[in-house]
Amino acid sequence: MSPRARKSAKLAHFVSSEPFSPQVIDHDVSPEQQKFYLASQWKLMWWKFTRHRLAVISGVFLLLTYFSILISEFLAPYALQSRNVDFIFAPPQSVHLFHDGSFVGPFVYGTNYKLNMDNLQRVYSEDKSKLYPLNFFCRGDEYDFWGIARSDLHLVCAEQGGTLFLLGTDRLGRDVLSRIIYGARISLTIGLIGIAISFSLALVIGGLAGYYGGYVDLFTQRVIEVIQSFPQIPLWMALSAVLPVTWSPLLIYFAITVILAMLDWTGLARAVRSKILSLREDEYVLAAQLMGARPKRIIARHLLPGLMSHLIASATLSIPTIILGETALSFLGLGLRPPITSWGVLLNEAQNISVVALYPWLILPVVPVVLVIIAFNFLGDGLRDAADPYK
Amino acid sequence: MIGYIFRRILIMIPTLLAISMIVFVIIELPPGDYLESYVAELQSQGESVDPQHIEFLRERYGFDQPPLQRYLSWVGGMLQGDFGYSFEYKLPVSEVVGDRLFLTILISVATIIFTWLIAFPIGIYSATHQYSWGDYGLTFIGLLGLATPNFLLALILLYLANVYFGTSIGGLMDVEYIDQPWSMDKAISVLEHLWIPVVVIGTSGTAAMIRRLRANLLDELQKQYVITARAKGLPPFRALVKYPLRAALNFFISDIGNLLPSIISGAELVAVVLSLPTTGPILIAALQSQDMYLAGSFLMFLATLTVVGVLISDLLLAWLDPRIRLAGSAAR
Repeated sequence: MSPRARKSAKLAHFVSSEPFSPQVIDHDVSPEQQKFYLASQWKLMWWKFTRHRLAVISGVFLLLTYFSILISEFLAPYALQSRNVDFIFAPPQSVHLFHDGSFVGPFVYGTNYKLNMDNLQRVYSEDKSKLYPLNFFCRGDEYDFWGIARSDLHLVCAEQGGTLFLLGTDRLGRDVLSRIIYGARISLTIGLIGIAISFSLALVIGGLAGYYGGYVDLFTQRVIEVIQSFPQIPLWMALSAVLPVTWSPLLIYFAITVILAMLDWTGLARAVRSKILSLREDEYVLAAQLMGARPKRIIARHLLPGLMSHLIASATLSIPTIILGETALSFLGLGLRPPITSWGVLLNEAQNISVVALYPWLILPVVPVVLVIIAFNFLGDGLRDAADPYK
Repeated sequence: MIGYIFRRILIMIPTLLAISMIVFVIIELPPGDYLESYVAELQSQGESVDPQHIEFLRERYGFDQPPLQRYLSWVGGMLQGDFGYSFEYKLPVSEVVGDRLFLTILISVATIIFTWLIAFPIGIYSATHQYSWGDYGLTFIGLLGLATPNFLLALILLYLANVYFGTSIGGLMDVEYIDQPWSMDKAISVLEHLWIPVVVIGTSGTAAMIRRLRANLLDELQKQYVITARAKGLPPFRALVKYPLRAALNFFISDIGNLLPSIISGAELVAVVLSLPTTGPILIAALQSQDMYLAGSFLMFLATLTVVGVLISDLLLAWLDPRIRLAGSAAR
């Protein structure tokens, strides 16, 4: 409405003759509003979170990926170390539905192998005369399911005599897809364990610094500054070069996790500290102090719950750093070593340009890395927005 | 201002001391020392080892002294410009490092400028068009850059450039200029090769920068003075550029502190893939062969580089933004 129109439109003076009572209006809330006002903090956060579509999708995707590491053996068409010596550096096979114009259902063609005698390159081609339908819930390589049961059931495999290399094979004739599925086990858990370590470090150190302030705070702040001023990767390299060669791969795995976490806690600790610095000025903390609660109890019972949601959100955002760190270290040959299989170890095979030129499918393990990291970022974004439901 | 600079430099000293201690502990951690692996290597090749010669070396480089004394002489040497001796190269460390460190700095600075150039317009666009398709799309592309491991991007670019341009972009200069003194042609050749590592390293930092700029600018845009400016009839573009953007600009400078460590990290990794003559490959080799003075000095240089970078960004910030130096002096 323009100012001129507003001026001309005269409103009649109006007084309601209804009896007025302030209480009536206060109680007059719709059931939805009541639900909203009475909802707990976590419920509000959940509602806010579900409004961020991408975050929800990412969350579901991550849940599914994490569920897949429970049943990797079943999902993977082949066992982790099973070698197919007849199919070394075989390219990905594609799944077809129609043969000669008629519907057959999902199947793969056989593979012809020829050695190019000029440059000794292995040449594979589709053999259209052989059809291998795909079977679901079929028998394949034997495996030990989490060390409790032996089985040979797989989600999908080709009919007897055929092969199913959906993402090709590597230099030992191992199926790349199966190795990616198994690699998720290490790559995804290293992020979780790492963040668990750095999370607890951050809580303890940041909590103490924030609560006590003064010299404790000054000292931890300097320590954090020193650690943050180191470029991470050179320091990771130095620390992992220190690990003795004689350690078992599993021990190396834990050591690498600890190393990755050791440099990661600083950012979180800063967040904890600044949050606690502001929260400890609140009256309920003073009340707890007057009632004689000890610092440990005040930090753990009164302060931490207030900043937990923020912390979870920031922790989610720093998981990708750890996953990428592992990938980088393994790629350089300083991280995990075979027979432990992670996505970084798989990418180690794709280290030089001839691999990219001749066997481009060997760089496919990067796809799950990218997807998982993007998903974690979106999830973290959604959580961070939801962490403050009153905004 | 002078007081601020002085204080800021004074704070740097304990930081650098602490860093030197951490570095020394790390290079001392592996069991054994370079001489032991050197002897083992000679013996495995069937060569005879003169124990007297080894003993002489041990004494010459102070391996027989307690760690504390070695640390003190290492730090003391560095203060006088003596960075120790590389056993692997049989040269003083400073001679091995020289050019490589310069190239690392060159790449880092170029990458920071690249990151700014990309992140600045995108960040402004994302903040002014919040929740639009453009915002989502650009954020997604940025995330893609963040999520793709640097080394793989380098590898793929290397391959693509080879296929489509027929040039080898590995290295940081054409082969004929390696080990040549600096000249105009050499500098041009370096510039021609520089863009690949800069793009590769820049992609990972850009996404983070865009997000932080977007968040900062959004905070500014919601403030009262912007509403006032709009209300008194300032055109939207001027209302954006005149004040909110200037306030968000400070952050560009202060963010160097966040950016620099990750850029140097990225540079080390990418250098290995692209075989750049920077510090990356040589650092890995030194770490693996326990060439401790070389590795230690490298780590020390890289950390110092970051600390000095952060110092410069702080000083620039104090020069730009009076609130900071005033707050600094009021607190003390």
